[in-house]
Amino acid sequence: MANKRLDEATNTETVGHEWDGIEELNTPLPRWWLWSFYASIVFAIGYVIAYPALPGRHSATPGMLGWTSRGQLDNELKTAAADRAKTVAALKDMPIEQLPQHPELMRAAVAGGAAAFKVNCVQCHGAGAAGSNGFPNLNDDDWLWGGDLKTIQQTLIHGIRQPGDDQTRMSQMPAFGRDGLLTPAQIQDTTSFVLSLSGKEKPSAASQRGKAVFEANCAVCHGPEGKGDRQFGAPNLSDAIWLYAGTRDAVSAQITNPRHGVMPAWGARLDPVTVKMLAAYVHSLGGGEEFAPAPAEAQPAADATAAQ
Amino acid sequence: MNKPENLKPEDEPLGLYAKREPVFNRRIDGKFRRIKWAIMVICLAIYWITPWIRWDRGPYAPNQAVLIDLAHRRFYMFSIEIWPQEFYFVAGLLIMAGIGLFLVTSAVGRAWCGYACPQTVWTDVFQHVDRFFDGDRNARFRLYKAPWGPAKIARRLAKWSVYLAISFATGGAWIFYFADAPTLQHAFWTGTAPVVAYATTFVLTMTTFVLGGFMREQVCIYMCPWPRIQTAMLDEKSLLVTYKDWRGEPRGSVKKAEKNPGQFGDCIDCNQCVAVCPTGVDIRNGPTIGCITCALCIDACDRVMKETGRPRGLIDYATLEDAEREKAGEQPTRHLKLIWRPRTILYFSVWAGIGLALLFMLGTRIHTQLNVAKDRNPPYILMSDGSIRNAYALRLRNMEGRPRQMDISIEGLPGAAMWTEDMAREDASRTLTRMVPADETQSVRVYVVAPSDTASQKFEFKLQAVGDAREKDEADVKFDAPEGQ
Repeated sequence: MANKRLDEATNTETVGHEWDGIEELNTPLPRWWLWSFYASIVFAIGYVIAYPALPGRHSATPGMLGWTSRGQLDNELKTAAADRAKTVAALKDMPIEQLPQHPELMRAAVAGGAAAFKVNCVQCHGAGAAGSNGFPNLNDDDWLWGGDLKTIQQTLIHGIRQPGDDQTRMSQMPAFGRDGLLTPAQIQDTTSFVLSLSGKEKPSAASQRGKAVFEANCAVCHGPEGKGDRQFGAPNLSDAIWLYAGTRDAVSAQITNPRHGVMPAWGARLDPVTVKMLAAYVHSLGGGEEFAPAPAEAQPAADATAAQ
Repeated sequence: MNKPENLKPEDEPLGLYAKREPVFNRRIDGKFRRIKWAIMVICLAIYWITPWIRWDRGPYAPNQAVLIDLAHRRFYMFSIEIWPQEFYFVAGLLIMAGIGLFLVTSAVGRAWCGYACPQTVWTDVFQHVDRFFDGDRNARFRLYKAPWGPAKIARRLAKWSVYLAISFATGGAWIFYFADAPTLQHAFWTGTAPVVAYATTFVLTMTTFVLGGFMREQVCIYMCPWPRIQTAMLDEKSLLVTYKDWRGEPRGSVKKAEKNPGQFGDCIDCNQCVAVCPTGVDIRNGPTIGCITCALCIDACDRVMKETGRPRGLIDYATLEDAEREKAGEQPTRHLKLIWRPRTILYFSVWAGIGLALLFMLGTRIHTQLNVAKDRNPPYILMSDGSIRNAYALRLRNMEGRPRQMDISIEGLPGAAMWTEDMAREDASRTLTRMVPADETQSVRVYVVAPSDTASQKFEFKLQAVGDAREKDEADVKFDAPEGQ
């Protein structure tokens, strides 16, 4: 080793190397630092033994404690499920039409339904359940198949025009134009009549002619006044809401070559409680029918404990 | 191990670290010591008793006079209740506390440091414990120098356990400000209190133990920013503990002075001022950052002056300006008169102004609030009859300790009506009445429906507490309608 000498200016020993006259002072680490360093080495050894650490070809060493991040997530999910178990069990046994009598359960159902809606329904109905062309808006008070809790649940379980489910909502509008049941002129007349039902067009000679065609061909499902029929999911043609837009083009296109919406039978995909929660959520969006006011809650006692 | 062996101590470079010189302050009695006792007792009493004071607020609110209820986000102080959004009251109080420190410094120098600062108060308590166990200054010094043996270890352990008990009482009392004290006390001893209560107690016990028991004046000299700020604030008109060197110097013992009359000053160099100092400074070196102006040296010096038959006040409270004046043989200003200077008056008026503004706001604040958030997805809904519906999340805030009836109404938006989630649409109207529970915020989802020819526009929700015209609030919101309407 080269000569270690004392640096005069600082009275500190040098490490003994020299490069072009540049020397390095041997200033030791502070002791607290050094011991923290040793302590972290000891800690690291324990950590490597206890937890997954060393990477292998397929996975890391498992660790003595058997901890995994997936396992931890699994535990957290189980805990959350256990926390919900009581509510879920109560919902399971509760017929949906009695749900409004239990505000606490109803709130839980709506909240759970909102979460399930975001996973399963937003793809077609949109994040705000406002629907789009061909996909009904669930916020309004216009229902194709019915808007009370029980009916919504039924629609959800069996779906709409869902093959393989014999209780599915099923109906088919004849393709009046494509199959030659009506002539193009008749279709235009019928369109005029349909648009006059909701006041979109003024009554005219065309709509007078269309009225006759309508009564002969359409009134079976849509009713003589075009009010629709929920048994067939036949839309109300006299209101402001249109599934496929309320323009002349869209209406005549629908008569000529109708489109039919399809919804999966969620009963086969989701558990009954989730379907119930979804029904409660959809019903709660502001257009739910057969609204039953919740019984008044006993508030003062609960408030007193909450304030403490 | 770090240094080569051929180095001698005197060769070592001047280090950046100075070892602490322990302080063994002597017992002293006098005017300022008695003030210090009184302030200590008052401060500790306030600290320990406050959480236990009860205050009846009726059935809907806790009955603890001073309570920072973090869990429910309420701050109670006697008849005042503050919600989180009114936190500016607390901010105002903190600003007042800050300006109050300036005010005190401007008026009476470092009086806060010397008498009321928790570090000073607890250091004082711990120094009394030292005296109780180990005796006065000399005995403590001897014990400090003595080698470690069973007797010393026993004494130290006994003393430290008393330190720890005091620290625990200090740290433990803190948590009672944050929860109902009797309940928390019971929970604490039965082991059912929240972990955070134990953790807080532990941390504050340890900080009291270390800061008060061992660090003491080092906190003032090295850690606390306030002495540094104060040194910048002090001027020639600030009241300081001053050694009147023109009167005291040159120092000489009584005997020397008797032998050589006229050659020595009043200071007999008895070192009593240093002996009683809780921070171990020598006041005769002039003002230093270590001097917290507790004035115990004044007590000590006055006693010596009395015994040697000299006038009191060789060490005394004086401003730099007065010191110069006195040196020149003029009369010093009276202390009370010192307070009336522009700086002090300015601080006082700012301080009092903030205080009055806070009191005014406190007296005129309204305990009713309305917040509205509009549903944006979807912005509007077309109903089957062609009318347009918007949804709003209303938050009705009842900040009083009793349930109140409140009217929500629509101002503007002709033809509109509203209903809530728990009502049928047939019952829609322009005014709804809700019972809002005591001291709570009630969320209400409101559907507002307007005729089909309504255009996008602004309107107002109004909240009015029934029976009190002053208790009202309103919120401007937008009503969205399809484009082209």
